[in-house]
Amino acid sequence: MQIPENAPFTLEQRTKLNSILAALNPAQQTWVSGFFSGIVSSAAASTAQTATAPELTILFGTESGNSEELADRTKKLAAKYGYKSKVVNMSETDTKKLSASKNLLVIVSTWGDGDPPDTATGFYKELMGDGAAKFSNTSFSVLALGDSSYEKFCEIGKKIDRRLEELGGKRVFDRVDCDVNYEANWETWSAGALKAFPVGTSSAPQTTVVATAAAASEGFGKKNPFPAILEEKILLNGTGSAKETLHLELNLEGSGLQYEVGDALAIVPTNRDQDVEWVLLATGLDANTKLGDKTLAEAIKHDFDITSLTSRIAGKYNEIAKDTKLTALLDPENKKQFAEWSYGRQFIDLLEDFPCKTLTADSLTGLLRGMAPRLYSIASSPKAHENEVHLTIAAVRYQTHGKSRVGVASTYTADLVEKGDKIPVYVHSNKNFRLPVDPSTPIIMIGPGTGIAPFRAFVEERQAIGATGKNWLFFGDQHYSYDFLYQLEWQNFLKEGVLNRLDVAFSRDQPEKIYVQHKLLQASAEVYKWIADGACVYVCGDANRMAHDVNSALIEIIAKQGAKSAEEAEACLAEMKKAKRYQRDVY
Amino acid sequence: MAGNEKIKDASNYLRGTLLEGLADTSTGALCDDDTQLTKFHGIYQQDNRDVRAERRKKKLEPAYSFMIRVRVPGGVSTPEQWLEMDRLAHTYANGTLKLTTRQAFQFHGVIKSNLKKTVYEINQSLFDTLAACGDVNRNVMCNPNPDESEVHAEVQELASRISNHLSPRTGAYHEIWIDDGSGEKQKVTYDPPILDHFDTAEEPIYGKHYLPRKFKTVVAVPPSNDVDIFAHCLGYIAIVEQKKVVGYNVTVGGGMGMTHGSEDTFPRLADVMGFCTPDQAVAVAEAVVIAQKIFGNREDRKNARLKYTVERMGIDSFRNEVERLLGYKLGKPRPFKFEHNGDRFGWTKDHKGNFHYTMFIANGRVLDTDEYQMMTGLREIAKVHRGDFRLTANQNLQIGNVSKAAKPKIEKLLKDYKILDANGASGLRLNSMACVALPTCGLSLAESERYLPDLISELDEVLEQAGLRHDAITVRMTGCPNGCARPYIAEIGFVGRGPGTYNLYLGAGFCGDRLNKLYRQSVKSTDIKAVIGPIIRDYAHNRKSGERFGDFVIRQGYVNATNVGHDFHKDLKPEALGA
Ligand code: SRM
Ligand SMILES: Cc1cc2nc3c(=O)[nH]c(=O)nc-3n(C[C@H](O)[C@H](O)[C@H](O)COP(=O)(O)OP(=O)(O)OC[C@H]3O[C@@H](n4cnc5c(N)ncnc54)[C@H](O)[C@@H]3O)c2cc1C
Ligand SMILES: Cc1cc2nc3c(=O)[nH]c(=O)nc-3n(C[C@H](O)[C@H](O)[C@H](O)COP(=O)(O)O)c2cc1C
Ligand code: SF4
Repeated sequence: MQIPENAPFTLEQRTKLNSILAALNPAQQTWVSGFFSGIVSSAAASTAQTATAPELTILFGTESGNSEELADRTKKLAAKYGYKSKVVNMSETDTKKLSASKNLLVIVSTWGDGDPPDTATGFYKELMGDGAAKFSNTSFSVLALGDSSYEKFCEIGKKIDRRLEELGGKRVFDRVDCDVNYEANWETWSAGALKAFPVGTSSAPQTTVVATAAAASEGFGKKNPFPAILEEKILLNGTGSAKETLHLELNLEGSGLQYEVGDALAIVPTNRDQDVEWVLLATGLDANTKLGDKTLAEAIKHDFDITSLTSRIAGKYNEIAKDTKLTALLDPENKKQFAEWSYGRQFIDLLEDFPCKTLTADSLTGLLRGMAPRLYSIASSPKAHENEVHLTIAAVRYQTHGKSRVGVASTYTADLVEKGDKIPVYVHSNKNFRLPVDPSTPIIMIGPGTGIAPFRAFVEERQAIGATGKNWLFFGDQHYSYDFLYQLEWQNFLKEGVLNRLDVAFSRDQPEKIYVQHKLLQASAEVYKWIADGACVYVCGDANRMAHDVNSALIEIIAKQGAKSAEEAEACLAEMKKAKRYQRDVY
Repeated sequence: MAGNEKIKDASNYLRGTLLEGLADTSTGALCDDDTQLTKFHGIYQQDNRDVRAERRKKKLEPAYSFMIRVRVPGGVSTPEQWLEMDRLAHTYANGTLKLTTRQAFQFHGVIKSNLKKTVYEINQSLFDTLAACGDVNRNVMCNPNPDESEVHAEVQELASRISNHLSPRTGAYHEIWIDDGSGEKQKVTYDPPILDHFDTAEEPIYGKHYLPRKFKTVVAVPPSNDVDIFAHCLGYIAIVEQKKVVGYNVTVGGGMGMTHGSEDTFPRLADVMGFCTPDQAVAVAEAVVIAQKIFGNREDRKNARLKYTVERMGIDSFRNEVERLLGYKLGKPRPFKFEHNGDRFGWTKDHKGNFHYTMFIANGRVLDTDEYQMMTGLREIAKVHRGDFRLTANQNLQIGNVSKAAKPKIEKLLKDYKILDANGASGLRLNSMACVALPTCGLSLAESERYLPDLISELDEVLEQAGLRHDAITVRMTGCPNGCARPYIAEIGFVGRGPGTYNLYLGAGFCGDRLNKLYRQSVKSTDIKAVIGPIIRDYAHNRKSGERFGDFVIRQGYVNATNVGHDFHKDLKPEALGA
């Protein structure tokens, strides 16, 4: 364990501390950590009493809950620094209110193709627009959440960071961009930013690193995924289907992992041997080169993302490869060409198309980001399946540029693990996809394809708790005969009266394509009546097209049935979003 | 009262709860009672038996779909109608067309959500599916009969008139399938009943309970018995004098279906009941239907076909009842002679100078394979053909009424698509038929359509060696004893008993005038060649000149002749039941 360089010590202090820390055994570390935090909290307490406790606003914009979780943790940490802070959701504020705050921390993710999280759209538009209030009295720092496998990495965080400065805000600590494994970066950022504010309490502790490190060793979670036994694996599509959708049942017994319906389960996959071999072949590196306690082959199989390809990784690679063609392709001028070239290609194509023999095991792994966990909407209710978690996973397989390619995690579950094997998982809670608190509230669920997953959990849950609210499900896929996921279960739910209505759309059973949005529109009058009666609307599944089409369908329905203009209808839907009556889990 | 009688009684003239059932999207099936009613509308609910096992585990219901049978009186279709059937097969069904043993089209694999559209569009093509199945008179057959085409027009017209006259009159069919929501219902007009036997306003002839069982009618012009006239409930044998139809010998009481192990069920050839003039023919049909409605067995469906009614009453008292209903006596049967019950393949020319090409279609399944683009070929022909398409009773197809001028064009297409080659098959294959059976037929006990072609390839080797490649021997296979490919009037008949096992029947008359007899029970498909091979070789060496295989096996004592239906199960050779 090392004291980070950005920590507030002189070089001398740091080397001393490091040498001491290095000598400590884990028990001693924990003791020291406890000891220091003790000192701190009392310090915090005392400062808290004094009326002059500095105020802090922690603003977050989230879709799947990460930013919110980090906001809450930042608040806890801030308390230790003596801040009196409040956590604010972008969906519930505007620039005018916000510009009043002296100290502002922003945590925001990027979605879609460089878009703000759904619930933050309103705020984001206003902030970017001419009407935005000035932030002349505000000191701020931004934590941007994202996924570097997307071209527009952390786009929204970057834009907000820039905009706040434009509006007169004072950046006190540089923005930190987080990839899917954001833990370490959050720690650096939060610690850095919290003491960077003008009021920064000097006695701020640096033990949080140790403290959280120690915390990790207890219990399973994101830092320490639980190896869950695969109890059941069923290909849900019937013979003749073009689809490959798997139903997985994992055993959580003894994991201590808890989940609620609406949550997702993260799976940490391993790369397939073929991909590992391809990389080794292309780089000419020796599989058995030692990297710490692992061989290079083991390391890239388990710990690194060796498939996704973006201009970012290509850029890093080219710093070593110095390939003229690649340099040209990476020229900002040629964004389009790069996008065209990289579409449907993977890291391996980079190695093959622009070979570089000077790559070493270290420089290779230096390029790569860590293996990214994949999220899967949980398809079961813990009340209906104790100690179990069910998933509905579509295997990603496609053919591009003369290679047949696969998605890492989905085909890891499809091809690489069998019943009885263990899969590393942790729960990803999602506060933004929850059943209505009032069990008598009716709900409309729209979930084509694997979007059906959370709704199986919802209906199981509502049956288990004897919820009286009516349930209406819209499902769709390619063919009725092969792709009607969980058909027998829906039939039972209908018989038992738990499911009140089921509308299905199968796109390839007839000449004209029929999708869920068409079924929604067909049922306009009833849908509107349900909404008028207070129904919550849930959408899950494909973000690229389905979510948009369904959204427009809902606007059309509200407009037509409620005799409103398109704008009014949109506003109405936005209101529903705020009131958590319109929630989406799209990917 | 048999179960189906109650269903009919409660159905309000075949409506049941079909509209509700079609609206329920949670299941691809209809409720049990309604699946009985859809038959009257030409529709059978089925499920893909190949995948039955896997479905429950996958949390899916059985792979339900529907078979739709199109009524094609006399099997005659215009090129436009052929193109429509082809289009519908690809749009809503499994991409194939089945030409049935009763000259109808069948679509397989139509799912519930497409059912109404498909039936609607079939009706737009001026065919319908009403009464293609069910306890009513079904598609009326008539031999395509090129060489007698002067009278063909006339008998064909009779077939259509009977078909129309005996159609159910209930409004249910149009309410459910044709009513396109436009509000006003399409009207269908039928000629009024002829006899003064009036049942109910909605069904003047059939009444509320329709017939006790299915009812089948055929018209045949000797010497060709390709329609197997003696296998049907009611038949008309055209008596032709100076190239004019002077009247018909009326046959009643034929049928194939039986049940393994119950000897009171048996195939039966029809009796010749009497003679009627052309203008009496439709009235006679109505009378026979009404007689069966009154005297048919409604307690036990297994005993409800007309053949059992005639068997029970005896042909004479049955004739009396018919004559009582008609109000006049039937004439004495006239002499007639049938020569074969197979098809004549290749080109024939009629007196008008028009040409007809009969092509072999294995088991009536029209489809494209990598090697043989038959379906595409026929589509291309239909686009340019000015004559008609005629479905034969042996699951084959005749491209009818090709003018001398058009012949080269058609001939070229037949050649380009290798359709000409199909007729080059062995005599055994050309005279073969198999029913559908697996995977769609819910009643099959063994493979049939998917297996017979391979079996024939095996037997062809024996025929080759024996030098009988071109001899016509009728061979028919069914997957169960219901007899959909009329296996009991085949010289060689295979009837499924269980997976991979068949009963083997021998000795039927080549022109469909004698039933065969059980030669071996439960033969494994792997043993069939060994069991039949020696008999074929014996036939090659010891047959008399012109002697038919079916007659030879009787003379040589392989089986005894079956002279009447109720003797079908009698005087078997001891080894028949497997010694
Ligand atoms: C398609 C066809 C066989 C073929 O390969 O061509 C056929 C197919 C079926 N027949 Fe048949 N029968 C077909 C001609 C026959 C014939 C031959 C004939 O009529 O010349 C017979 C024997 C003659 C007779 O009626 O006795 C025949 C006797 C039966 C029977 C037994 C009737 C009986 O009296 O025992 C059944 C079962 C039943 O009715 O209960 C049956 C039932 C069936 C069903 C509908 C099975 C069912 O009830 O669920 C089969 C549908 C299979 C499928 O997937 O398509 N089919 N069926 C023929 C359609 C003819 C048409 O266009 O209407
Ligand atoms: C909150 C949330 C919930 C989710 N729930 C579910 C769920 O319930 N079920 C489920 O199946 N998935 C779900 N997903 C998606 C899931 O997380 C993974 O993204 C998905 O399984 C693909 O991961 P993978 O590792 O198999 O593919 P990856 O290895 O991540 O590869 C995916 C990439 O391959 C490329 N690609 C894929 N197809 C093509 C193509 N045809 N042409 C060119 N390039 C292509 C694209 O670049 C794509 O980004 C969810 C995602 C989120 C965020
Ligand atoms: C459908 C989808 C689209 C995404 N698009 C981007 C993107 O364009 N750029 C990016 O940096 N991250 C993108 N991400 C990654 C998210 O920003 C990342 O998962 C983040 O941790 C989510 O934080 P949140 O839960 O607070 O919304 C995307 C994720 C998903 C599921
Ligand atoms: S004979 Fe039996 S198996 Fe063959 S189609 Fe008829 S009912 Fe089905």
